[in-house]
Amino acid sequence: MKMLEVQNLNVWFGTHRDRVDAVKDATFDVMEGESFGLVGESGSGKSTILRAITGLAPDWSGTITVEGEQITHKRPKAFFKTVQMVFQDPYASLHPRHSVDQVLGETLQLHGFKDIDTRVVKLLGDVGLGQSFRFRYPHQLSGGQRQRVAIARALAPEPDLLLLDEPTSALDVSVQAEILNLLADLRAEHKLTYLMVSHDLSVVSHMCDRLAVMKDGEIVEILDVEALRQMKATHPYSQDLLEASQ
Amino acid sequence: MMSVLLDVENLWVKFPTRQGVFDAVRGVSFTLGRERLGIVGESGSGKSMTGRAILRLIRPPGIVEADHINLEGVNLLDKTEKEMRDVRGQRISMVMQDPKFSLNPVMTIGDQIIEAYRLHNSVSKSAAYNKSLEMLEAVSIRDSERVMRAYPHEMSGGMGQRIMIAMMLIPNPEILIADEPTSALDVSVQRQVLDIMDKLVKERGMGLIFISHDLNLVADFCDRVLIMYAGRIVEVCDADKLHDAKHPYTRGLLNSLPRLDAPRDRLEVLQRDPAWSDAPSVSGRV
Repeated sequence: MKMLEVQNLNVWFGTHRDRVDAVKDATFDVMEGESFGLVGESGSGKSTILRAITGLAPDWSGTITVEGEQITHKRPKAFFKTVQMVFQDPYASLHPRHSVDQVLGETLQLHGFKDIDTRVVKLLGDVGLGQSFRFRYPHQLSGGQRQRVAIARALAPEPDLLLLDEPTSALDVSVQAEILNLLADLRAEHKLTYLMVSHDLSVVSHMCDRLAVMKDGEIVEILDVEALRQMKATHPYSQDLLEASQ
Repeated sequence: MMSVLLDVENLWVKFPTRQGVFDAVRGVSFTLGRERLGIVGESGSGKSMTGRAILRLIRPPGIVEADHINLEGVNLLDKTEKEMRDVRGQRISMVMQDPKFSLNPVMTIGDQIIEAYRLHNSVSKSAAYNKSLEMLEAVSIRDSERVMRAYPHEMSGGMGQRIMIAMMLIPNPEILIADEPTSALDVSVQRQVLDIMDKLVKERGMGLIFISHDLNLVADFCDRVLIMYAGRIVEVCDADKLHDAKHPYTRGLLNSLPRLDAPRDRLEVLQRDPAWSDAPSVSGRV
């Protein structure tokens, strides 16, 4: 079954002569349980696709279908129980004056859970943070720990599809390995589907089964990781990217 | 024997805090010739602080101590703040990580480059303008006249970083310290910026200190590498032999990288050994 289907997606910012077409005619689908990557350089529109899916980019056309339900511009509450997002910069995505407990507790409350206390404990355990982290503030956490909190927050409503926007690009390589391992474990444990954006081909090839290469707002090629490893990209731009990451 | 441009001996950077003195850099020694020297390590390992300490850019209450920091035989620590200004930019330049924060947002790029040039050379405006155009072309910026009129926000990250390099190179420094010059850039643009720096090192005989957290990049680009951990140098090796590095920390960093050609189910996670930070600093002198 298809978890996510994107057809002829266009996303733009501004109007008239200031209009910028950030994504042009993007079409791809992600199967249930799959991990799909979007790669490309900055400004190629890969993050914009994620933002359009979650509703953070208001101007879009085309069809987005999540679990068979077509998305309208006004998203129902149930949508946010299905789709959650982890942002790039863990230093910016957590409220500096909310403790970990508040961040997770508020999310759980918004999604209408009753047993908040036990769920916060479980979420912290899921992302490999001990209970001692529960009442800490973001400035008392390292970058990797913050990203773990951000992942816990995304897991709180028990989503099926997780959108990952460069989850490790702000982290050191040693911490990156921990977070990538965690994401792989969580995916197996909670049967999640990932849509992951990254500019790092080796990270995407580690995490994903298939990927789309983007350039100037367009998807130039969709290929599976096996082909990538054998350097069998057909589009010249994907070949350049491969070459540059060797 | 390669001529030594910079000789650093037993460098310490200390920050007094309420919990006692924090040592960001602990007794680091190295020399730099006309070569590309890489400094790698995680965030907080003291690599940027080392770069800044050489230029004495650490502001009080931070303290820089060293037996000496010799630039061609002259100890920089003995210079007054006024004399240091002739060293900064003129003889040792620094390119910072993010071009967005190092260019003045309300000045055109042309005005900024001209200002930098005229600060060090007494020439007419038109001569400075021509020189600036020439420099922009040297860092492969096409359409340089338009760029001169543009403001920093109109530039992409890669362009901005190239402009920064152009500005830093105008006074023709002997040493360029590049602090993560490409980590804000895409892989494809990264290559271009590195090629430009590489060309300049070769053509002008500059010494380059290349600070980065990207091991593969450093292995590829530099001649010699210092690996820093917790304010100390734990290993020194030739860049092309980095993949045969011995120290468990370096090995751990290398193994934690996902690789395109060698897929694995799980990435190795670095197991830190407290002994690493207690071991004395390895000397990076040649």
